[in-house]
Amino acid sequence: MSFRSPLGQARGLGSAREGTAHWVAQRVSAIALIPLTLWFVISMLMLVHADYVTVVNWMHTTWVAVLLVLLVGTVYYHAYLGLQVVIEDYVHDAWLKMSSIILLRFICILLAAAGIFVVLRVAFGG
Amino acid sequence: MATDNRPLSPHLGIYRWQITMSMSIVHRATGIWLSLGTLALVYWLIAAAVGPDAYAAAQALFGGWIGQILLWTWVFCLFFHLCNGIRHLFWDSGRGFAIKTFYITGYTVWVIALLLTVAAIVLAYTLGGGA
Repeated sequence: MSFRSPLGQARGLGSAREGTAHWVAQRVSAIALIPLTLWFVISMLMLVHADYVTVVNWMHTTWVAVLLVLLVGTVYYHAYLGLQVVIEDYVHDAWLKMSSIILLRFICILLAAAGIFVVLRVAFGG
Repeated sequence: MATDNRPLSPHLGIYRWQITMSMSIVHRATGIWLSLGTLALVYWLIAAAVGPDAYAAAQALFGGWIGQILLWTWVFCLFFHLCNGIRHLFWDSGRGFAIKTFYITGYTVWVIALLLTVAAIVLAYTLGGGA
């Protein structure tokens, strides 16, 4: 018999070691990605045949740089959350599961940091 | 942990194919493929930051037939994942669980995702002309 409240169980460390936070984060990042990805696809269609100078000038625009930073950050957050669930579903060995998820987290953070850094470099560059 | 003699959930093999199961697995597959597609996004951003030569190389790569095929699969996967993701959010609000609604929204996602992809391809090849 458990002495923990239903809320405590939902929040806390059950056998999955997490409550609803992951599920909620996946939904919230998904909602954020609806306008961000639509904006990005439309922008890419406008820039399909653009030359280097046009693209760099586009990335110089303040709101474009802000949206690109948000896009890269949110995409990798959402991708991490989704791929984590895929690993949890298909990798059954506990150690392999844990190490794959940690590796996935490192890769996603590395790529997000690299993407955000280069966007800012172009935005603040000469 | 003892896992012997536990009841198993039914295996996939006993189910008749239904669009609902295909939507679920395609949603996951498109998500995985889009995750790989983020590498192209970061590569493109890095190329823009490095300089004109690197950017020209990226443009040549994405403009080649392999690059074009990859880009258009990612565009389709994005539209599918986006539309079906909205379907998921709709379910999360507690709506759309009737069997008939499952089928209608499922086919609608396929149609809209394909139409948006075709529209994007047409726009890409007509805006400014040429590949």
